[in-house]
Amino acid sequence: MTEQTMSTPAPQQRTATAPGLTGRLRGLSDRAIAWLFIGPTMLLLLAINIFPLIWTVYLSFTNYRANQPGREVKWVGTRNYERLLGSEDIWGYLQATAHFVVWTMLLQVILGLGLALLINRGFRTASFWTTLILIPMMLSPAVVGTFWTYIFQPQTGIFSYIIDWFAGTGALDMIGAPHLAPWTIVIVDTWMWTPYIMLLCLAGLRSIPPYLYEAAEIDRANALQKFWYITLPRVLPFLMLAVLFRGIENFKMFDMVVELTSGGPGSVTELASINLKREAFENWKTGYSSAFAIILFVTVFGLGNIYVKALNRVKS
Amino acid sequence: MRTLARTALGVGLTAAMGLGASAASAQDQELTLCWAAWDPANALVELSKDFTAQTGIKMNFEFVPWTNFADRMLNELNSGGQLCDLMIGDSQWIGAGAEYGHYVKLNDFFEAESISMDDFLPATVYAYSTWPKGSENYYALPAMGDALGWVYRKDWFERPEIQEAFQAEYGRPLTVPETWEELMEVAKFFQGREIDGEVRYGAAIYTERGSEGITMGVTAALYAWGFEYENTPGSYDMEGAVNSPDAIAALEFYKELYECCTPPGHSDAYMVANLDAYKSGQVAMQMNWFAFFPGIAKDETVGGDVSGFFVNPSMKVAASALGGQGISVVSYSDKQDLALQYIKWFAQPDVQAKWWELGGYSCHVAVAGAPDFPTSTPFAGEFLKAMGGVKDFWQEPIYAELLQAMQKRVHDYVVADQGTAADALNKLIEDWTISFEDDGKL
Repeated sequence: MTEQTMSTPAPQQRTATAPGLTGRLRGLSDRAIAWLFIGPTMLLLLAINIFPLIWTVYLSFTNYRANQPGREVKWVGTRNYERLLGSEDIWGYLQATAHFVVWTMLLQVILGLGLALLINRGFRTASFWTTLILIPMMLSPAVVGTFWTYIFQPQTGIFSYIIDWFAGTGALDMIGAPHLAPWTIVIVDTWMWTPYIMLLCLAGLRSIPPYLYEAAEIDRANALQKFWYITLPRVLPFLMLAVLFRGIENFKMFDMVVELTSGGPGSVTELASINLKREAFENWKTGYSSAFAIILFVTVFGLGNIYVKALNRVKS
Repeated sequence: MRTLARTALGVGLTAAMGLGASAASAQDQELTLCWAAWDPANALVELSKDFTAQTGIKMNFEFVPWTNFADRMLNELNSGGQLCDLMIGDSQWIGAGAEYGHYVKLNDFFEAESISMDDFLPATVYAYSTWPKGSENYYALPAMGDALGWVYRKDWFERPEIQEAFQAEYGRPLTVPETWEELMEVAKFFQGREIDGEVRYGAAIYTERGSEGITMGVTAALYAWGFEYENTPGSYDMEGAVNSPDAIAALEFYKELYECCTPPGHSDAYMVANLDAYKSGQVAMQMNWFAFFPGIAKDETVGGDVSGFFVNPSMKVAASALGGQGISVVSYSDKQDLALQYIKWFAQPDVQAKWWELGGYSCHVAVAGAPDFPTSTPFAGEFLKAMGGVKDFWQEPIYAELLQAMQKRVHDYVVADQGTAADALNKLIEDWTISFEDDGKL
């Protein structure tokens, strides 16, 4: 009896509420329901993405400093942008960033694709080597930066030892020498992220139907022709996607480089993001650094858009 | 039965409330002191046990490694954070601490508690406590006196065969360097020399890029050449002072010292890297803060008679780069009364004497001015000499910006080998002028 009385109200409640909600939704148009679903996400995006962006644009035209809240905020017009674009130093940071992005992408594409082709041959220990190759990208960039400083240490590091053994260079100061330091960050990033490119290329290679190669063999195509006319076009969209992701990541590279070189010697490895952090959170030039952030944003956004259009063209 | 239950409930609630109250009270009787993570901080932990024993106030400590200290703590202050009740902030922070309201002004408290600034070394009061500089507005009590000094391998210097070799090469005895030129000669002499079957190097100097390292090293040389930041104090008129011929010569000298006489890979070195290079027997000399010298004197490998200490060499004038800090009460703390109680306790001469015994550098005249102080440790006399001629970096509220500009310009020149010394100093004036213009000082 008790069980009956306790269990009866539940179905009654369900039947009582369900038509109400359905009824209310039924009264709404499709567009209204769509807005109802995407509304919370839109609000969240507005709050955490769009509003800060608009606020940053505003700050970039002021002399605001976040560490001086009581100070009068003055509208300075385009002064921050003029200073930035007229500064030799800023062009130096952008040049260092471009050097880093271009060389890491180039090396990672060549090595990543090469490794993927090798692994795709399906030899007996391929799985083991794949796992081993993937290890660097699973590490934290800060950890990678720190332990590579030991590897590059001129007196005790293994890198200097190996180079000296082959070329008799003596103690090689990779991090301290201004002409070598930009290459150290390229080497370490390539070591860390080539597996990522390899992985995406491997996914592309595995998606190529074998009959294409069989047909090519019937047509007596050689290895180079098979690579050029079948493999590359099929892998290219994957490769381009990987380059897009890595390119954006490297454009804003910070942690690994800070741990490895602190932006030095001098400023030869001071990438744009490192300088931006210094201006914003060490020098507290919030207005100025907001302008720099906007310039970087526009650059990445513009380049990214051009690239995505190219990617779509390749896909189609 | 119901009465018994009510009584039990009442007793339980009372006990719970009592426990809660005592927990809250215990929490109120706690202070958090923020400082850098280094040897003197450990000495302060030891010293503060006496404070807890006397007052019942528990001390918590927040120590941050030097490389992140300014970043972490200035963010804390700028955000009005309540992590720290007491802050042993770097000397350069005093301007920002005072002008942005991070530190409590201590004049009334000093007067009420009869704490006189005359009881502390004048150089430390000027550097660690006052803002504007030289005024009688006190925002800190001098806590840890410090200056840049040098350590050398006394055992190597005293070896007859090394002395003979040096005499033959330079025509003078191998002695502790008194000028930068002598220091360069000694460094060149040891560079690449084999001692006990190992290759040794001349000197470990500051070259760090990220925080303040290379600026502290370079200014040690600049000050010895008579460097001034302004033509007239307070004028922000830097042309001709910052890039004077002597300043250019000092910067060129520092670069030459870096290129000729440092160990391989010494391109981003500050306190710990210099200590490592010295303790591992790589170098004959190292520049470092006096704060580390008690640890070196006690070190198993290089302590005792193995090491000697000397004040920053002079050139045109006798001068040293200032280190050290004052202790301030953070204005955002809700335990300011307890924090002031700590400062009152810390200012006592007997506490200051123990502070020195434990490895801290007391700035109290009763300690540092005592007749036996110069001979109390192998480095105490040199410390006093250094404190007699210290000079600090800008202490302006925007010091961090000024420091970063100098870090960049001198590292670009000294380590990255870009441009000339004159270029570096001219660009530095441009950077500093923009900063002062933005700050409304120019």
